[in-house]
Amino acid sequence: MASVTMIVNGKEVTANVDPRTLLAQFLREHLHLTGTHVGCDTSQCGACVVHVDGRSIKSCTTLAVACEGASVTTIEGIGTPEHLHPMQAAFRENHGLQCGFCTPGMIMSAIDIVNRKGHQLDEHTIREELEGNICRCTGYHNIVKAVAAGAQAMAAK
Amino acid sequence: MSSATGIGASVLRKEDIRFITGKGQYTDDVNRQGQAHAYFLRSPHAHATIKKLDISAAKKAPGVLDVLTGDDLAHDKVGGLICGWMIHNKDGSPMKAGAHPALAQGKVRYVGDHVAVVIAETYSQAKDAAEKIIVDYGVLPAVVDMNTASKGPAIHDVASDNVVYDWHLGDKAATEAAFKNAKHITKIDLVNNRLIPNAMEPRAAVGDYDAGTEVFTLYTTSQNPHVARLVLSAFIGIAPEHKLRVIAPDVGGGFGSKIFIYAEETVCVWASKRVGRPVKWTADRTEAFLSDAHGRDHITHAELATDDKGKILAFRVKTKANLGAYLSTFSSCVPTYLYAPLLSGQYDIPAIYVEVEGIYTTTAPVDAYRGAGRPEATFVVERMMEKAARELGMDPATFRRKNFVKSFPHQTPVIMCYDTGNYTASLDLALEMADYKNFGKRKKESAKHGKLRGIGFSAYIEACGIAPSAAVGSLGAGVGLWESAEVRVNPVGTVEVLTGSHSHGQGHETTFAQLVSDRLGIDINSVAIVHGDTDKVQFGMGTYGSRSGSVGMSAISKALDKVIAKGKKVASYALEASEKDIEFKDGRFSVAGTDKSLAFGEVALQAYIAHKFTGAELEPGLKEGAFYDPTNFTFPSGVHICEVEIDPDTGVTSIEKWTAVDDFGNVINPMIVEGQVHGGIAQGIGQALMEGAHYDKDGQLVTASYMDYTMPRADNLPSFQIGMTNTPCTTNPLGLKGCGEAGAIASPPAVINAITDAIGHENIAMPATPQAVWMAIQASSTKIAAE
Repeated sequence: MASVTMIVNGKEVTANVDPRTLLAQFLREHLHLTGTHVGCDTSQCGACVVHVDGRSIKSCTTLAVACEGASVTTIEGIGTPEHLHPMQAAFRENHGLQCGFCTPGMIMSAIDIVNRKGHQLDEHTIREELEGNICRCTGYHNIVKAVAAGAQAMAAK
Repeated sequence: MSSATGIGASVLRKEDIRFITGKGQYTDDVNRQGQAHAYFLRSPHAHATIKKLDISAAKKAPGVLDVLTGDDLAHDKVGGLICGWMIHNKDGSPMKAGAHPALAQGKVRYVGDHVAVVIAETYSQAKDAAEKIIVDYGVLPAVVDMNTASKGPAIHDVASDNVVYDWHLGDKAATEAAFKNAKHITKIDLVNNRLIPNAMEPRAAVGDYDAGTEVFTLYTTSQNPHVARLVLSAFIGIAPEHKLRVIAPDVGGGFGSKIFIYAEETVCVWASKRVGRPVKWTADRTEAFLSDAHGRDHITHAELATDDKGKILAFRVKTKANLGAYLSTFSSCVPTYLYAPLLSGQYDIPAIYVEVEGIYTTTAPVDAYRGAGRPEATFVVERMMEKAARELGMDPATFRRKNFVKSFPHQTPVIMCYDTGNYTASLDLALEMADYKNFGKRKKESAKHGKLRGIGFSAYIEACGIAPSAAVGSLGAGVGLWESAEVRVNPVGTVEVLTGSHSHGQGHETTFAQLVSDRLGIDINSVAIVHGDTDKVQFGMGTYGSRSGSVGMSAISKALDKVIAKGKKVASYALEASEKDIEFKDGRFSVAGTDKSLAFGEVALQAYIAHKFTGAELEPGLKEGAFYDPTNFTFPSGVHICEVEIDPDTGVTSIEKWTAVDDFGNVINPMIVEGQVHGGIAQGIGQALMEGAHYDKDGQLVTASYMDYTMPRADNLPSFQIGMTNTPCTTNPLGLKGCGEAGAIASPPAVINAITDAIGHENIAMPATPQAVWMAIQASSTKIAAE
C-alpha cells in the first residue's frame, strides 16, 4: 500500500491505496466522486477527464500516487445544481447531452479549451479541440454549440 | 393546453441537472454493502473444445471467494440464454438454435466467450486469480467468412452446415414474371459492414441476494428491465418474478446493445446467492468490443426491374446475415422481419421477393443495433435507386419522385401497410434546403481546386412503434410488444407517471412530463416520471425500435384519459352538478355554462378526502393505469441529402453539407427530436466512412479498442441542417411516429451515393476510408486510361 495526499475539489485528502490504483478509481471508489466516468481505459474517450493543477488530464491512465501533492478538480468541484458553472449551464441550454455519460468529461475538457484558447471559439477550433472526447449520442452538433456558448458565458462571469 | 412546457415546445431537459453536475447514478456508481467483484475469464480462441478446466489454484488465490464454471450453472439448473423470436425456414421447419450457456459447457465459440468467473474481494484480485485458471483447449478451425461457413466445422451440433435459417418473403412467381417483362435490370452487390455499438457507458451489473427475504436484486445496464426479469425468471430460472427485482438506473446509451440478456448479468445475480455477497461486474472497453452484441453484417445481391419509362416493376434481394456464434435475444428477427418488410422503401413496387440466410460464425453474437434491419434495408433500396437512376440516365431525385408511393394507405407486397406520408413534400423541402439546383456550380468550383464533389440522396422509410402484439406474434415473436403506464395523482395534485419505457438518453423525464403538463394543465415541475425499476413499475416492454413515444406515450395518454374521466366524476360531486355537465380544460374542471369550477389539484384532494361521495358511488383516490397495444407499425420517413468533397490525392472525404428532412408525425419536443436526428446521422456517417469490426481468419477481433475501431469524433463531422414535414400517424392517439433511429437508417446510403457520384465509380465498400476511396479513384482512372 502507498500513502497519497492530494487536494480534491479544494479539500485535502489522504489515503492508503494499492500503488496500481488509478486516479479515476481513487476518485470513484475511495472518494465516491462518481461523476468522473471510465469509458475506455485507454485515454481515448475522455469520459474520465479531470483537471490536475489546472490542466485537463485523463484520469483513467493516471496513477493516483502520481498526483501526490496535486490539486485535482472534478465535475463535482466546478458547480452545483443551485450554482451551475457557466459551461454546465451551456450544455443544458444547448441540449449538449443525451445519456449524460460522456458529459462530465466533455464539460471538463471544454473548460480547459476555454482556459487555453480564450472565449471566442469558432466551430473548427472547438471540433479540433474536442478530438479527445467521444460522444455516441449527440453527433457533437449541440456539444459544439454548447462549448461556444459556454466559452462566452465564462467571459461574462 | 399549448404552453411553454406543453406538446411542441422545446423544453430544456429536467434530467440534465444531475448529469451536468456529476450526480447521475449509473450501474457502476451503485455499490452494495459487502460487495465482491467478478472477473470473467474469456476464451482466447474463436472455436475450441474445453478438454480440461482446472480452477483449483485460482480458488486459493488471495481474496478469492469462489470460481464458478458452466458445471456449476448446470448443477444449479440455471438455464441457457434465449432467443425470443422463432423464424421458420422456407420449408416450414423451425430455425436451428444452438444452446447458449452463460458459462461455457465443454466448448467455446468466439473470442470473448465466457469460460469461468472469478469472484473476489477486489476486481484486481479477481483478475489476478483468473491467470491461475488452467484451460486445455482443443482448438478447432474458426468460421469467419459467411460465404464459406457451410463448409464447417459445425459450430453447433444442431446446425451441421452453420445455417440458422433459410427464410423468404414475398411472391417469387410474380417477381420472376415481372423481371421477364423488364426493359432494364439494375444489379448491385453490397456489404453492410459489421459494427460495434459502443454506448459510452460499458455494460455493468450488480447482483444482490437477500437470504432473509429470498429476493434477488439486479442492477443492470438495461433498456428493458422487465424483459430482463421475465427472461431471467421464466427461461433462465434464477428466481420467480416476485422474487427478482431488476433495476436499470441511469443508463449511458444503449443503441440496441442493452436490450439483450447477456451472460454477465445472469452470472452476477446467480453468483450473489452462491457466494452470499453482492457481486459487481463492469466491462472494460475491450470486453465491450468482444462481447456486446454487434450490429449489421450482411452480404446482399439485389436486382431491380424497370420499364422503358423508369417505372419500377419488381425487386428481388438475396441476403446472407451473420448472426455470430449464438442467437442473441432478438437476433433472429433483425435480418428477417425487421429487414425484408422495409425493402419496398418509399416506392410503389408491384412485386418483391426476398431470401435471407442466417449464418452461424465463430464471432460475437449479432443483434439489433440502432435501426436494426431497417438501415440494412434502406442501404439496399437507396443504393439501388441511385444506381438505377444513373443507369437509366435519370436525375436521382426525379427517378425517386416518379416511383414514390403517392396514395395512402398503401399495402406493400412485403407485409407492411403504410398509413400515411407525403414523400414528395419531404423531397421538395430537402432539395430546396440543400440548394440542389446550384449543385452543378459548386461541383465546378470544387473541380477548379482539384477536388471531386458529389451529392447523394437517401429517401428512407422505417417501421417503428414496435409493435402490434398480434402481428408480431403471428410472425414468431415470443412476447407482445405493447406498453404500460400508470398515472398516480397525489392528494395535492402532483403527478407520478410510472412507465414501462426506459430512458437512456432520450429525455423521457422531460417529454413524458410535457404530455402530462399539456393534458392536465399542471406545471411540468409537478410531474415526475418513474421508470427502470420492476418493483415500482408493474410491467413494461422497454425502449427500442423508436417505440417510447408512439407506444409508451400512447399508454400514458390512455391513462390520462381515465384520470380526467374519473376527475369529472369527483368534480360532479364536489361541484354538485351532473357529470355530463362537467368540462375539463386548461387544468380546471368546470360546470358548463356557470362560473363554478375547481382546479385539477382541488379535485385530486376531493378524490382522496372523499367527503362528498360515498364509496358505493365512487371509489376514493385518483390513480389510473393503461396498457396500449398499437394496431399498426408507424412509418417515419424522410429524405437526407449528403454533399461531399473528395481530395483525389489522399482519398479523404469531407462532408460539406448535410440536409435532413424527416416526417416523424407530431413532435413533442423539437429540441430533443433534432438531437436524436443528429446522433443517428453521426452513427450512420460513422458506418459509412470509418467504423468497421474486423475479425482475422483465425477469428481474432482486431478492432477491439478505440485505437483500432474508429469512432466518429467531433472533427470528423459537420453540423447538420434539419427540416421537418408532418403527416401525423393515423393509428395512435398522439400522431407520433418515432425519431430515434431515423438518422442511422437514412445516412449510410446518402454518404455512399455522394462518394460514388463524386468519383464516378460504383464499387466502394463501407467504411469508405481514405484508403478505400483512393483505391477506387485509382481503379476508375486506370479504367479510364485503359479505355
